[in-house]
Amino acid sequence: MTLDASLLWQFDFLIVLMVIICAVAALTFKDLITSAVVFGAYSFFMCLLWTEMLAVDVAFTEAAVGAGVSTVLFLGTALHIKRRAKD
Amino acid sequence: MKLVSLVVTLLLGALLLMATADFPDWGDPQSPASLHVSDYYIENSMEQTSVPNFVTSILADYRGYDTMFETTVIFCAGLTVLTLLRRNHRRQKKVVMSRPKRENQDLILTSAARMIAPMMQIFALYVVAHGHHSPGGGFQGGVILGASFILLALAYDLRTILDRLKERRALIMCGIGVAIYAGIGAGCLLLGGNFLDYGVWGKVLGVSPVEARSHGMLGVEIGVAITVMYIMFSLYADLSSGGEMDEGL
Repeated sequence: MTLDASLLWQFDFLIVLMVIICAVAALTFKDLITSAVVFGAYSFFMCLLWTEMLAVDVAFTEAAVGAGVSTVLFLGTALHIKRRAKD
Repeated sequence: MKLVSLVVTLLLGALLLMATADFPDWGDPQSPASLHVSDYYIENSMEQTSVPNFVTSILADYRGYDTMFETTVIFCAGLTVLTLLRRNHRRQKKVVMSRPKRENQDLILTSAARMIAPMMQIFALYVVAHGHHSPGGGFQGGVILGASFILLALAYDLRTILDRLKERRALIMCGIGVAIYAGIGAGCLLLGGNFLDYGVWGKVLGVSPVEARSHGMLGVEIGVAITVMYIMFSLYADLSSGGEMDEGL
């Protein structure tokens, strides 16, 4: 397997860009539920990034835990606490 | 104050970015990890453990001790959430402000969840059993198994699922999962090997030590899957109902 097994660099760039956008957005949103969902999207892009780097086992875990279960746990918690951040 | 924290964060970020410049390039064949460590596993994993996916053989065999305590960490995390959130009304004597019971559950949601859940569970079992040959393993499979129950709990309500998957039983199973892992490890001691040295199980199973490593890994993966599955569901049950174990979300 050669080093250039990765796809186009433009594709990488797009994924990294989306990771950063999602990370900043998850921090910026005042509504916790929106934040939780955007954080799920962040996990999906991280999952794509891991797959892109051929770390498929890590990508699988990221998809199952990061995007799947932890989003549900965040949502479940957000519904029980004050929904909007103060600052 | 905000300005100060912004400056600190930016400085820290810049420092970290500068530090990453010193890392070896991604996939660099000359990096220290690729020179000494990876080669060994890539070349020897198949002969020593007969497991084609060497990520699994590293996690469950070469670094089995780490994985055992990772499972224990998950177990402790679940117990911590339970200890902090679970409330017992008989003791507290407070007025229960129960939310109105959902009279009619959504037919489309429940039917869809009923059809998807078995597929998820079979896929999860495949992920656990096939973790030796393809990406996946006990942890991922356990999470998917737990997610299938969470899906059902979302579509119906938490109480309906808790009637079938008793909280008490779930907690016992969490412990059993860790016990399977540690038990397989301790069994190696009894058979005259080192802790988590699965090769000696070959004497009992009647296979070669190499083959026994593969079976031992499957055993510990099953233990991990059981613990992770029940902990994930228990986490959801506690967090979504605020420890009341009532209707859930």
